[in-house]
Amino acid sequence: MASPEINKIEHLNADKLLAAERHENLTIFALSLPALIAVLVVIVIPVGWLFSLSFLDSSGQLSLVNYQKMIEYKSYARVFKTTFNVSILTTLLCILIGYPLAYFLSQIPRRYVGFFMLTVLLPFWTSLLVRTYAWLVMLQRNGLINNFAIDLGLWDTPLKLAHNLNGTLIGMVHIMLPFLILPLYAAMRRIDPHALQAAANLGATPVQAFWQIFVPLSLPGVVAGSLIVFVLCLGFYVTPAVLGGGRVILVSMQITAILEDQFNWGAASALGVVLLVLTFAALFLASRFLKLDEVMFGKR
Amino acid sequence: MTSNASASLTISVTELTKKYGRVFALNAVSIDVRAGEFLTLLGPSGSGKTTLLMAIAGFNRPDSGRICFADEDITVLPPHKRGVGMVFQNYALFPHMSVFENVAFPLKLRKISAEEKHHRVMEALKTVQLSGYAERGIDQLSGGQRQRVALARAFVFGPKILLMDEPLSALDKKLREEMQIELKQLHRQLGVTTVYVTHDQREALTMSDRIAVINEGELAQIGTPREIYNRPANQFVASFIGESSFIPLHRNDSGQLVHESVAVLPVPNEETGKEWSLVIRPERLLLEKPKAKRTNGKIFFDGVITELVYQGETAIVMIELGNGKIVTSRANTRAGDDVDSLELGQKVSVSIDKNDAIVIPGGTK
Repeated sequence: MASPEINKIEHLNADKLLAAERHENLTIFALSLPALIAVLVVIVIPVGWLFSLSFLDSSGQLSLVNYQKMIEYKSYARVFKTTFNVSILTTLLCILIGYPLAYFLSQIPRRYVGFFMLTVLLPFWTSLLVRTYAWLVMLQRNGLINNFAIDLGLWDTPLKLAHNLNGTLIGMVHIMLPFLILPLYAAMRRIDPHALQAAANLGATPVQAFWQIFVPLSLPGVVAGSLIVFVLCLGFYVTPAVLGGGRVILVSMQITAILEDQFNWGAASALGVVLLVLTFAALFLASRFLKLDEVMFGKR
Repeated sequence: MTSNASASLTISVTELTKKYGRVFALNAVSIDVRAGEFLTLLGPSGSGKTTLLMAIAGFNRPDSGRICFADEDITVLPPHKRGVGMVFQNYALFPHMSVFENVAFPLKLRKISAEEKHHRVMEALKTVQLSGYAERGIDQLSGGQRQRVALARAFVFGPKILLMDEPLSALDKKLREEMQIELKQLHRQLGVTTVYVTHDQREALTMSDRIAVINEGELAQIGTPREIYNRPANQFVASFIGESSFIPLHRNDSGQLVHESVAVLPVPNEETGKEWSLVIRPERLLLEKPKAKRTNGKIFFDGVITELVYQGETAIVMIELGNGKIVTSRANTRAGDDVDSLELGQKVSVSIDKNDAIVIPGGTK
């Protein structure tokens, strides 16, 4: 670096240019200020407030009683375990159903994609509650599916499809599927078709090319989609509450129960905090094994 | 890996036709590629040269015609059974694999033992001067290095035919010219029949044993670089390969070709057409000293300089002839040639040796 005197004397217009750059940075900051304030007011403050609530007991004293209860009562651990199990199962089922679908979408000519994408997105745009109750109508004891199957003679006694884990999973998978398919489809479209041609040229059968080239190259999309689905599942409320019929209790439902029955904001907040921490922990673990920044931000 | 004819196969393409909608990408193209030959398919974009290469590789199915490797008809054989090596335009490397894994991929598919595989991959990487790079990821390589990996991967399994689809088009000029020489040397070393696609006429001239010029889905001419440059068959070939000025000629009753009522050349063959064109390569059109003797072996033109472009080793002089035609001369910039003294609007004479004059049938557009 040049010495300061030289800087002053010889660097033509350096001061003006520096001022222009500062001005530009300031403008960018000023323009983003409303958004920053909105985030602060709508997200940071309420979450912080809930966080602090979780450390107060019912008389308003600072205490860890809310967290102690979670350790003492086994039911809390069970709820967390159910939540994670249901979320993992939903994610796996979504991959199982979504991967072939996304593969199909990525292989057809682009002009047909719009139509098929619409069939994926149309349910996505209708109300969550409507779709959930529609499933209840179809899945319940005297619902469409049972009646239809019994009429056809596929089974004799109605299957228990709703108000249990089955119903919860069917509903959740249906609602989560677009969240997996969209990033997965995008990742598959980015795969260089020439790479598959090259594999064939080098002697790979179509099956070998699929497993050795296409699948590994689509993994970032699988990971991205799975994480979105998994994290959304962890806090999912409406669908599991309606279709689980009280037999599948997730953390979100437990929080509602505590608020409705006991009006205990502290205990409910504590549950929320633990869920948040566990979610971050899961993402952190995933990032250790899966190079998340590559997946989420397209770094190479 | 020594040069020998048994390491390569002939390719014969017979009346290959491929239509996209109503457009002929290939219209009954027949080409025989000799064993061990470096043949370039040269043509403008959309001419059908890549379609032809992809048909040889098996990536598109022609509507009719036949492709044989040696005596074997492979027209309907799927690509993975053809055993040809190919270098793609964008390299098509596998980004989730290291350099070693990329090059080892075809060997792995052929279930070659680990030891042999390692030996052959290292040998191939040495050939393309990437010995120290085996464990690198693809994203850690420069364009030129990726190019070499793609090349190593294409020949490591000992294919008897190598196909290349504009492999150098993504490289900068200097690197491209180096790689052209390297590819030529590699071809000599491997002795493998090579079909190379490019739209760069200089690249084609530099590298090829023979060039097949493709235009609008048809074979315009096939021949050695010298034949193509010195004896273009038609106006397309003459204007696409090298630079050319065209001057219209008429055939008179005594079988002479006439320009501005001066007979310049005899009709070169039996063709009876009246309209002919004289093709002038700029480097063969010489600026004459003002009082030079007009010898019989040359054709002279007089005109006025309309443009002067200095390009370092040569300068381009554009001269408008009396009839409005513009011819281009590429002059040396050596001190003795006095290019520096030329001025726009100056009257000059230019000449071409009759041995350098190229005559093609058909009028000048």
